[in-house]
Amino acid sequence: MTALSSLIRRDIRIALRVGGGALIGVLFFLTVVVLMPFAIGPDLNLLARLGPAILWLGALLASLLTLDRLFMADHDDGSLDLILMSRTPLELTCAAKALAHWLAAGVPLVMATPVLGLLLNLDASATAAVALTLLVGTPALTFTGMIGAALAVTLQRGGLLLAVLVLPLSIPVLIFGVAASNAAIVEQGTMSFSTPFSILCAISLASLVIGPFAAAASLRHGMD
Amino acid sequence: MRLAGHDLRCVRAGREVFAGLDFEVSAGEAVAVVGANGAGKTSLLRLIAGLITLAGGTIALDGGDTELNVAEHAHYLGHRDALKPALTVTENLGFWAEFLGGVATGPAAALEAVGLGHAAQLPAGFLSAGQRRRLSIARLLTVKRPIWLLDEPTSALDAGSQKVFAGLMTAHLTGGGLIMAATHTPLGIEARELRIGGMACA
Repeated sequence: MTALSSLIRRDIRIALRVGGGALIGVLFFLTVVVLMPFAIGPDLNLLARLGPAILWLGALLASLLTLDRLFMADHDDGSLDLILMSRTPLELTCAAKALAHWLAAGVPLVMATPVLGLLLNLDASATAAVALTLLVGTPALTFTGMIGAALAVTLQRGGLLLAVLVLPLSIPVLIFGVAASNAAIVEQGTMSFSTPFSILCAISLASLVIGPFAAAASLRHGMD
Repeated sequence: MRLAGHDLRCVRAGREVFAGLDFEVSAGEAVAVVGANGAGKTSLLRLIAGLITLAGGTIALDGGDTELNVAEHAHYLGHRDALKPALTVTENLGFWAEFLGGVATGPAAALEAVGLGHAAQLPAGFLSAGQRRRLSIARLLTVKRPIWLLDEPTSALDAGSQKVFAGLMTAHLTGGGLIMAATHTPLGIEARELRIGGMACA
């Protein structure tokens, strides 16, 4: 347990220090969402209708942007060798690394959502719905993305491969995340909020289990 | 404790690096793995560390903890030093001490042993190549592991540090540890030679 908590503390510390990746994601999220009203124009109703989708797209791309650092940095400086040799089960180590990545890069996205919701003319309840779906959905993005990050390390290809591998896996998260947010906004919609939200929760929980095992298997068999 | 490899075969990227290699190291003994560049010295160490899959042969450890495999008994000191430039010297060492578990002698004592006590609060990114190497060596001291796999451990070390390191290796050997070191230069301790791939200077 000490080993895992020290790993989480180290990864968060590195992410928050100068040159770390935590703020890159938030800044990218901010850029995408801030530019969107200028591109779409001052139609407030249209902005409010597109708001959840824009926020979700921004968050998804922002979390992809920083994911390739998850194992690549440790691989490049040799830390991954020592992690593979250690007595801590690799599955738990992978889960701890993904958790640290989510805390450092995913949670700031959720915290930025209320501010960015203002720019997209979302009211308080709509912003809360988007923030809640992001809070539940971003762990799924990190934990499924981790599989791609592990494969990208072992296949010695960079971020391009990661995007190709991870995007199909993140589409269900995007669909149900946006669906749940929209259901909360459009009162007269045919779908209730809880249906897509429950599915989103289920995807997240499944990825929490599958992600570490798949990533660990990929790391274990791909090392050379 | 005795570590032995029998009829080892190593294949990297479809090319056979070496085959039919036997070795044996007992507690208190050091083996210097020598050979030309590309002969497979690093590959042999990484095979033992479980970082490369064996293409043939067996590696066995007698007298260790039966619950653990060979890699879990070993420290690996590679070309890449597993240091994060953004973290301080103490944070780097403290992390590995905690992550590797085991009985820690405390990062501060290990830093003093390699002569880095004065740089404890410095970010590791500011260290010189030799200081980085010494910090990696300090990792071997914080957590006790019987097998040391060292890949050119003395590279970048100055004469004084090499002498200090030789002392640390001797202490490890007298404590019942065993060492396998790939090297081009003399280690400064008594070591049996294991030659890979024919004559080194052919």
